[in-house]
Amino acid sequence: MLMHTQTDAAAATAPILALDGITKTFPGVKALDGVSLRLFPGQVTALVGENGAGKSTVVKTLTGIYQPDGGDILLDGAATRFATPQDAAKVGITAIHQETVLFDELSVAENIFIGHAPRGKFGLIDWTTMQRRATEILRSIGAQIDPGHKLRDLGIANKHLVAIARALSIDARVVIMDEPTAALSHKEIQELYELVETLKAQGKAILFISHKFDEIFRIADRYTVFRDGQFVGDGLIDDVTESELVKMMVGRDVSQVFPQRESHIGDEVLQVVGYDHPTEFADIGFTLRRGEILGFYGLVGAGRSEFMQALFGITKPSKGVTKIDGMIRIIRSPADAIIHGVVYVPEDRGKQGAITALPIFQNVTLPSLGRTSHRGFLRLAEEFSLAREYTQRLDLRAASLDTDVGNLSGGNQQKVVIAKWLATQPKVIILDEPTKGIDIGSKAAVHEFMAELAAQGLAVIMVSSEIPEILGMSDRVIVMREGRIATELAGEDLTPETLVRHAAGI
Amino acid sequence: MLQRLITSREVLLLGAIAVLLALIASRFPAFVAPSNLVAVFNDTSPLILLAIGQMVVILTKCIDLSVAANLALTGMVVAMINVAFPGMPVGVVVAAAIALGTVMGMANGLLVWKLGIPPIVVTLGTMIIFRGIIFLISDGKWVNSHEMSPAFKAFPRAEFLGLPMLSWTAILAVIVLTIVMSRTTLGRAAYAVGGNPHAATYTGINVGRTQFWAFTISGALAGLTGYLWVSRYAVAYVDIASGFELDVVAACVIGGISIAGGIGSVGGAVLGALFLGVIKNALPVVNVSPFWQLAISGAAIIIAVAVNARASRTKGRIILKSAEHAV
Repeated sequence: MLMHTQTDAAAATAPILALDGITKTFPGVKALDGVSLRLFPGQVTALVGENGAGKSTVVKTLTGIYQPDGGDILLDGAATRFATPQDAAKVGITAIHQETVLFDELSVAENIFIGHAPRGKFGLIDWTTMQRRATEILRSIGAQIDPGHKLRDLGIANKHLVAIARALSIDARVVIMDEPTAALSHKEIQELYELVETLKAQGKAILFISHKFDEIFRIADRYTVFRDGQFVGDGLIDDVTESELVKMMVGRDVSQVFPQRESHIGDEVLQVVGYDHPTEFADIGFTLRRGEILGFYGLVGAGRSEFMQALFGITKPSKGVTKIDGMIRIIRSPADAIIHGVVYVPEDRGKQGAITALPIFQNVTLPSLGRTSHRGFLRLAEEFSLAREYTQRLDLRAASLDTDVGNLSGGNQQKVVIAKWLATQPKVIILDEPTKGIDIGSKAAVHEFMAELAAQGLAVIMVSSEIPEILGMSDRVIVMREGRIATELAGEDLTPETLVRHAAGI
Repeated sequence: MLQRLITSREVLLLGAIAVLLALIASRFPAFVAPSNLVAVFNDTSPLILLAIGQMVVILTKCIDLSVAANLALTGMVVAMINVAFPGMPVGVVVAAAIALGTVMGMANGLLVWKLGIPPIVVTLGTMIIFRGIIFLISDGKWVNSHEMSPAFKAFPRAEFLGLPMLSWTAILAVIVLTIVMSRTTLGRAAYAVGGNPHAATYTGINVGRTQFWAFTISGALAGLTGYLWVSRYAVAYVDIASGFELDVVAACVIGGISIAGGIGSVGGAVLGALFLGVIKNALPVVNVSPFWQLAISGAAIIIAVAVNARASRTKGRIILKSAEHAV
């Protein structure tokens, strides 16, 4: 269902930079599948898509960090390739990232010119010229910053301006802005808009990546929509409405199959009241019942994982009460949480899930060592039987329980991590992005299993950024936005459109 | 798989030691006479005691550079106690040495755990502090053989079943620590913390506390060795065992303990120490300059690390292959 709106007659000019049928595959995941993107001089193109749509991969492909497996990058109509980030910079492609990549201990001028400082005699850095040009560039974007100051002393907004000045210092033709307003105040955002207008007037092509629809409609001339690594459509912003864009973002032609569940929702097992954190979330409260799957949806950075970590005792909230089975429980550490029956399967499996240098049985029993040991001494026979019981339940196939987890496939490692948590016999299990980065088959297995857990009376919290998963699995969904609960949805209110609207705040 | 890998690494090292002994024996058969091998083992015992403690610390992604200074300070304190109270039973002296070493290890552990200072910085600092304290309490003076009581000096040399008590102490410590590492929750936690600190945190293991106990074990063994060292050589002064911490780390590295943490065994540390011990004792016998000893020790470290690095690379390839099949 390509919606290639042919409006090139209106934009008589040819694109400066175009991607044509770009494909990029990572082990087990097709990040980009034949995507196209065109960037025109003097125009802002908004790249729109859900988390995981392939936006970041495209940025990395455009800036020479990733090499595409297939397709063409066309610069002024001629096929080219960027073997290194320097190659991309040389032809005038520059990116301003979500987290600005700058050097805190260097001066503003040095940051602007790092890598291409003006040279004087003997190839030494020409400090006078550098200072003068830095002042000029900063003035041209209306920034009141002394180029001699250390970057460390600037606020986030001014750091962004330095990043933009840096982009301009290399005579950029294409400027990529990846969520540039995420950290800015309202006034700073207005200034950024003016700056974008200035860049447009200079004939630069701008790729603007944002989740915020109001700013897309405020400053973009064109849009391009990706979904699941595929090109969905593009066109002029004036020819499209917000709801049409949302539809393009979330609409799916491949329908994933989710297990049919009959929810048997029981007594309340978890009650969370008034969780606050000085910087990451505020006023989080909800209840959870046995046999229920509660989805947590939101954009990346909405504070979902941060809240879950506080609930699990990894970080400390400034206030908040947890009741489990009606009793107030103080959770100061993960060990406390596990004792009270709350477990957390973190998002980054490699980093936080399994210990690859230890064998399967030792991984499975790690959080349950209290039960399989006596006065600090391990009971290996009990460990083995516990590990055997739970790996069999999950149908984990391995030569022996002595096998190193590092030698298992991704799907089997996932099973080890889940077995480890089930072996603690929890009441509440928090699954953070349980199917991120695993293949379709393993995904289905995880979904089946989640349904089974709920059927057995476990309460499941599922943090997910994948709308089909949220819709297919959840009994109820809490949408978080900017560290707060935006809404709670269930039943007929639970549609892709309502999810996206509440998550993005439109 | 891990078990097999470690075993094979230990077998490899054991083979290397055997080859080394065979080479030496081909020219100096007397070197491999049982009585001489006992002497070599006895001479290597202090290194073994410190290396197995260091192994626990390295396993948890830390390093303890203060072990030799801990040994020297404990040695000086117990020597001075012996001078002041010559009648104190050796058992009490040993207990005092272990207690003092434990306290110093705990100080390291607390600084790493509670203040989050990098272990290399903490133990570099305490290493210098401990040496400084020796100077302060001793005024830079030596405690010599004639000032020590006969019982104080006799313990490490006393023989039981043909082995000196120094050797028996090392053997006992190896057995105890092997049990601790393979059969207790603390040992398991140490492997988990070093293998993946994030994952360990999520399973309810307190990473800092585990590291604290690792430093405590290392300190206790250093304190024990402090008494054995001073009584064996019958002298205590500021600079004893100066630079010995590097031999200790070298023994661990040669013994296959991953400096990145999470991989290693008590047996590996013992073999690493024995490898260095054999070289150190054999070179004077075969008439090689002691300077070569440094070069050979250094080469052994690099070879050991290279072999271990290759082993883990092979492992990486296996992961990829199995991932391919799985997808």
